[in-house]
Amino acid sequence: MDKILEKNDDLIIAGRSFQSRLLIGTGKYNNFKETRAAIDESQSQIVTVAIRRINLGQSPDKPSLLEFLPQNEFTYLPNTAGCFTGDEAIRTLRLARELLDGHNLVKLEVLGDPDTLYPNVVETINAAKILIKDGFDVMVYTSDDPIIASQLEDIGCCAIMPLASLIGSGMGILNPWNLEIIIDKANVPVIVDAGVGTASDASIAMELGCDGVLMNTAIALADNPILMASAMKKAIESGREAFIAGRMDKKLYKASPSSPVKGLIK
Amino acid sequence: MKIHINGSISEFKVEKITPEELIIKLNLTGKRFAIERNGEIIPKKDFDGIYINDGDNIEIIGAVGGG
Repeated sequence: MDKILEKNDDLIIAGRSFQSRLLIGTGKYNNFKETRAAIDESQSQIVTVAIRRINLGQSPDKPSLLEFLPQNEFTYLPNTAGCFTGDEAIRTLRLARELLDGHNLVKLEVLGDPDTLYPNVVETINAAKILIKDGFDVMVYTSDDPIIASQLEDIGCCAIMPLASLIGSGMGILNPWNLEIIIDKANVPVIVDAGVGTASDASIAMELGCDGVLMNTAIALADNPILMASAMKKAIESGREAFIAGRMDKKLYKASPSSPVKGLIK
Repeated sequence: MKIHINGSISEFKVEKITPEELIIKLNLTGKRFAIERNGEIIPKKDFDGIYINDGDNIEIIGAVGGG
């Protein structure tokens, strides 16, 4: 793609540079080997991880997720999935920073409802303020409300991550117009987070002008996760290229022939 | 002494224990984790310098798969 664009098209988040615009969640895979194989196929560089109590009954020789995804190969994005208050999220991310030797790039999500996993944006904003003051680079999961997105940017979040539809729903992009408003107004990367179901959803997000897409379930719960990871990689790249190339104008009422109108055989 | 570790009560036949000693007892040597005592993170540099006492609430966390 670089040759066609004749310039670097890296994704820059909080001063960090990434060639891949596909961010991958590491949940719901059958095992760590499959997780690793899917991520390798996707060529993603940023992987989310959840922070949980260690299973003390676990065999000490059993490898952990972090051993399958070494920190020198990937950029970890510890998340706060499962947190329903800002305080829980802050506590989780401070522990994550300690766990990961000072790594401060994080994904903040504060949920508002256990059924829909819809974000609680009030708690999210309050937590984001505290985390940023505490030195974190905060990528923030939020609703597709453009005003909230702007406020999160104003606070200092380094990436805005609106949902396309509910987490794990696979419903695709339900409100492309809101996403376009968010993208138009944002001065930090906008990354669709949640709701992508298949490759065309990812392409549409990128064609709209999103800077990246974060997905988990769409790959992990595909019949063939490795093949879906490959499809998602291509979808992200083709969507990005189409966005940069600039699509033709839509003509609702007038067709335009692709072949010459002169020289017809009569 | 009795301490709470990740929500369960554990009993040790000592009056106090350092985080480093606790890690060895729990077979966590060489693993990646972070420890919280009564809601406060214990920095790695303090693993040998402080004590966990009877009744303390300990959380030991790690990274798992998640989206």
